[in-house]
Amino acid sequence: MSTAVEQRQPPRVSGGTGDNGHLDELRVDPITLLNRVRSECGDVGIFRLADRDVVLLSGADANEFFFRAPEEILDQAEAYPFMTPVFGEGVVFDAPPERRREMLHNQALRDKFMRGHAATIADEVESMVAGWDEEGEIDLLDWFAELTIYTSSACLIGKRFRSELDKRFAELYHDLEQGTDAIAYVDPYAPIESFRRRDAARVGLVKLVEGIMGRRAAGTPSTDDERDLLDVLMSIKNEDGSDRFSADEITGMFISMMFAGHHTTSGTAAWTLIELLRNQDELAAVDHELAELYAGGTEVSYQALREMPRLESAIKEALRLHPPLILLLRVAKEDLEFGGFSIRAGQMVGASPSVSNRIAEDFPDADTFQPARYLDPREEDRSNPWTWIPFGAGRHRCVGAAFAMMQLKAIFSVLLLDWEFELSQPSDTYRNDHSKMVVQLQQPCAVRYRRRAVPLSAGTTGGAG
Amino acid sequence: MHVQVDLDLCQGHGVCESEAPAVFELGKNASVTVLQPDPPEALRTAVEAAVRFCPTSALRINEEE
Repeated sequence: MSTAVEQRQPPRVSGGTGDNGHLDELRVDPITLLNRVRSECGDVGIFRLADRDVVLLSGADANEFFFRAPEEILDQAEAYPFMTPVFGEGVVFDAPPERRREMLHNQALRDKFMRGHAATIADEVESMVAGWDEEGEIDLLDWFAELTIYTSSACLIGKRFRSELDKRFAELYHDLEQGTDAIAYVDPYAPIESFRRRDAARVGLVKLVEGIMGRRAAGTPSTDDERDLLDVLMSIKNEDGSDRFSADEITGMFISMMFAGHHTTSGTAAWTLIELLRNQDELAAVDHELAELYAGGTEVSYQALREMPRLESAIKEALRLHPPLILLLRVAKEDLEFGGFSIRAGQMVGASPSVSNRIAEDFPDADTFQPARYLDPREEDRSNPWTWIPFGAGRHRCVGAAFAMMQLKAIFSVLLLDWEFELSQPSDTYRNDHSKMVVQLQQPCAVRYRRRAVPLSAGTTGGAG
Repeated sequence: MHVQVDLDLCQGHGVCESEAPAVFELGKNASVTVLQPDPPEALRTAVEAAVRFCPTSALRINEEE
């Protein structure tokens, strides 16, 4: 009736006594920090990031509150200051949900394009393995990062643009991703080496795109079949006939379109392979599934890609244990209340896939790789929609999730049918580098490959089984 | 069989439209329109596939109604 009980401030996690609060710990060992918030404070707890509080939420109820909150209440746009120098000033980091839906509608992520994308991705993998010897070694970070530059540019921008790229684009893009040090919460333009490389990389990418645009403008126009997003953007003119978009703006758009799907897919591909090699029984089950599916040389088509419960479960489990994004952030636009605690306007609010994906009550044996948890009847992803959150949840759920799963299944269809792999390093030396907000594998992260004497697809046709 | 859609979750991927075009329509809209909220049993397999493969788990079948 009355003014009720006064809402309490959420508890604060230990540590973080320096000038920048927990920033230094976040830059070195973020997972330990995030887990400590939950173990010390429960579903709602605060850590300090430079001059701002971050209210970290975890558990199903708190996550549902986080993911269902509309844009006007929990704003995403200003929560990621480290992205602005990567995309360029004026390129929106994230559109509101309504706009995202429109974009999805007009873009390459729609279901009806997926079958074509599956074939495109398979071709890109084939062309990368075409450069392999009968056996050898690859660095997982370098290899998958290059592959996913080609796949994402081919599917999202177009095959002609993809054909105009080479390894240089992937290398510059890597420098951009490495330029995401959390020190950006203090100063996104701090004079540090990774930010200098980031800014040089962006200039380099604009030069590459400018070169491509110049050659297109001077050369033969694309045929209807070749016409891609770059042609479309180049054809848009101002009223006075001048080009609507500069090379800088177009590059910014391409960087931002490719960003969400690049390091995420690349890292997940690497972790799926590492976990399958660590868990040989699961690898055997996936090999068996692929052998049956592709017996007789079925195409890597979208239809086939859907019917892969064992591989799909292995990918989901790699995503659960090694989520590419470890901390999702928003900024509270007004004073809020959750679970008896107050959240004040201006505070940041976070949810952590790394923490929530391993809550033991929702995911028994949470730290172990168990793809069977996704099979009927357990289906632990579907039954925990607010804590199984490698792709986020609710209105901001990754719009590329279906594309990503399809892409990963296409990649492994091609790789595992013809090649065998083994870890080249002790198993526990494969780990993520958490020194940047964009999490990537720590190098070295090598695996050995060898061409199969008999492709998997030939295995079940002889009836030897 | 009654089909329910949570428009908070629908992102307009169009998987349901591919699976069961008689029941779901995206058209030029950004989120789905349910053409037949109570589809006939003959469409059950297609509708169940739409529910199962929806990328955002926005669809439900309610058997009561």
